[in-house]
Amino acid sequence: MTLARQKKPLHEVGARIHSFHGGLRLRHHKKISCGDPVEQPPLPELLSVPLTQHAGNAAAPLVSAGETVLKGQPIGRCQPCAQIHSPVSGVVEAIEDRPMTHPSGKMGPCVVIRPDGREQWTGLKPISDWKTASPESLIMQMQDCGLAGLGGAVFPTHRKARDGRDRRIHTLVLNGAECEPWISCDEMLMREQPDKIVLGARILRRALGASRVVIAIEDQMGAVEAALSHAAECAECQNISVVKVPKIYPEGGERQLIQVLTGLEVPLGGRPSQLGMLCQNVATAAAVADAVVEGKPLIERYITVTGHGISHPRNFRALVGTSFSHLVELCGGYTKDVARLVVGGPMMGFPVASDASPVVKASNCVLALTADDISDSQVEMPCIRCGECARVCPASLLPQQLFLQVRNELWNQAAEWGLAACIECGCCDVVCPSHIPLVEWFRFGKGERRKLAMEAEASELARKRFENREARLARLKLERAEKMQRRKQMLKDKASQQDRIQASIERARSRAARQAASTGKGPGDDA
Amino acid sequence: MTRSFPTSGAPHVAPQTNVARVMLQVLLALVPGVLTYAWFFGPGVLVQIALAIFFALLFEAVMLRWRGRELKPFINDYSAVLTAVLFALCIPPLAPWWISCVAMLFAMVFAKHLYGGLGQNVFNPAMVGYVVVLISFPQAMTAWMPPLSLSEIDLGLGAILATIFTGQVPVEGSWDAVTQATPLDLLKTGIESGRLVPELRASPVFGYFGGKGWEWVAGGYALGGFYLLYQRVISWQVPTAVILSVIVLSLPAWLIDPANNPDPLQHVFSGAILLTAFYIATDPVSGCVSNRGRLVFGAGVGLLTLVIRRWGGYPDGAAFAVLLMNMAAPLIDRYTRPRMYGE
Repeated sequence: MTLARQKKPLHEVGARIHSFHGGLRLRHHKKISCGDPVEQPPLPELLSVPLTQHAGNAAAPLVSAGETVLKGQPIGRCQPCAQIHSPVSGVVEAIEDRPMTHPSGKMGPCVVIRPDGREQWTGLKPISDWKTASPESLIMQMQDCGLAGLGGAVFPTHRKARDGRDRRIHTLVLNGAECEPWISCDEMLMREQPDKIVLGARILRRALGASRVVIAIEDQMGAVEAALSHAAECAECQNISVVKVPKIYPEGGERQLIQVLTGLEVPLGGRPSQLGMLCQNVATAAAVADAVVEGKPLIERYITVTGHGISHPRNFRALVGTSFSHLVELCGGYTKDVARLVVGGPMMGFPVASDASPVVKASNCVLALTADDISDSQVEMPCIRCGECARVCPASLLPQQLFLQVRNELWNQAAEWGLAACIECGCCDVVCPSHIPLVEWFRFGKGERRKLAMEAEASELARKRFENREARLARLKLERAEKMQRRKQMLKDKASQQDRIQASIERARSRAARQAASTGKGPGDDA
Repeated sequence: MTRSFPTSGAPHVAPQTNVARVMLQVLLALVPGVLTYAWFFGPGVLVQIALAIFFALLFEAVMLRWRGRELKPFINDYSAVLTAVLFALCIPPLAPWWISCVAMLFAMVFAKHLYGGLGQNVFNPAMVGYVVVLISFPQAMTAWMPPLSLSEIDLGLGAILATIFTGQVPVEGSWDAVTQATPLDLLKTGIESGRLVPELRASPVFGYFGGKGWEWVAGGYALGGFYLLYQRVISWQVPTAVILSVIVLSLPAWLIDPANNPDPLQHVFSGAILLTAFYIATDPVSGCVSNRGRLVFGAGVGLLTLVIRRWGGYPDGAAFAVLLMNMAAPLIDRYTRPRMYGE
């Protein structure tokens, strides 16, 4: 990455649409879930709020079983990550291990709340004068309200904002390019709440110190473009533009979107802020507006419930902690040939083993697929190196080579050929004529490399500790030896001093004796 | 009421194609070339294709059984069939049946399965089989027929079958009566004995720019090749590099001394250049992986073919060129890794 390529003039972001390498044109399946207006489902009987929802550690619970909580009250705190709040007013039934709706598929601590139906809010602290409030106070508000990236990565918003501020970004990119098939929650949000998104964009812009906002949407979202453009016409909306990008998966990926908008590539292992840009999901911007203007914490989100396995697909504004089964029931239940339940899109979503899993801040879609959709009965064949995977790879990697390297555990080679640059978009997997689960291999490879790196770090640490200990012991030994030496020397010195005294006494005596002998006096006379 | 589901990793999308389909597309692309071949040179080629497919599947099955692999997915993937067809297109249509047997033995057993089977072979199996019989049985492998229009004797299907299975031509004069030097042969021996190209080209075995009949067969291959390019079964880099390198490298010699050097189109439309460019050098298993690597690979094939045609002991060198480039492929791959995103 040369300096010249980084320093492009500001006005070029989104002014011209560029292309990115590879990608796939996939069938959308989006209209099917966009028919009904988005509604809030009736309160479920129980809500289960996982304490691990963001990138980072699990939050420490702030409540205990039997306690009464108010809607919006903090119930989990996690220092570097964002807070977790109660989505309803009610009683904490338990804090126990339940499904977390996490890619790992693991159970984890969840706060189980029985709503009392009164929907009584805790005291909210909006920042009404956000136009004059300090950026830092806006960022603090994002942290207090538990905001995290709603596109799926759930990176805490305040941390990203701080990083962007420190790096003096110039352009905030709002990502409305929902490129995965089936998912339509962002599209519905942009249609129904464009003003809130633009307001959130302005607040974020102030918090970040950015000058421009580019809202990227897909070229087939007609209604959205009109709504957002209208919202962006307000008096204080200078330098907010809506840009249409062609619909090629994985265009909504941060790196690909930036390439499409600027023609620049985010440096390998780096972040968009290095190019003076920062990406946020449109839903995150709407949540920022709620958090700052109304003081509302992030306790609900737009979620699509769709797929051929759902009787009547649609979108909801669901509370965090609502079980998927509750939402599916409101959609008329499953069709009879449903075969798999996925959270997220078909390309990058993860499967869940049970629909008892709750909605979390990251859940943008519940996708029920049939056997026909996935057809994983096809046999896996050996790689014939046809190179289709390389043709569609948006990171310009050679997946066929990486696959061999990972399978043969050639970690150094895999690193050199860019295993870490894989964004796990799944394009290679879909086009592979041999049906090799390439992405799973790459995930495995990344995990192994992390493990190896951790082991290497641990052994390095142990080695250092050992060396330090050896050095310390050697030093102590040396010090002891020196001390001994000194003491010996001292004793020796003392001894020699006494010897000298003794010698001089002897000498004196012998002299006296000699004198006495010569003068005829006895030795006693001398004393 | 909650419900549980089986899980499996992303992506949750049905695969778009499969190995058998890819191989079938290549076979389909060969149809125009094969039909043209049969039209100009008689049905012998079809018999050779059938024979080669039979032996290829036989050895494939034996090796799969021996290696303890499942038969069905691999027999049905058409890769052995494709190897057989490509080989059969390279040998004289009247070659005796055991030529196919020996060649497919080496192709399937030695070149393919001893290296680990589908996807693992370093060398192109069809070319290994072809080169083995070319070196071992030069007489049988050089008994080419002229196009039917130039032949005095019209062998029927029965006579062709008899020739292939007995090794004897059932007509008066035997082999001499039905075979003739190929255009490439004529050029090579003619130029070496001091004759001029225009003079040689007066021979009736030459057509507009290649050999009579052969140029149409080559055109048929190219037509199928364009279908493969359109279907994105092969990438454009290999065929472009092969054909361009042949043209670019033969052009100066022809411009300087047209009396002693065939023109570039003569080179492209003679022998196996177009078959190699679209179907053999494009074999992904034994070729290069990156686009730049494929350009280098294709250019190497073109260059080596010309070198062998000009200075080597064989009138055509495409098979040797491909095998030599197969050897170089891993090295080329090493130095042509594409720049990744953000690098």
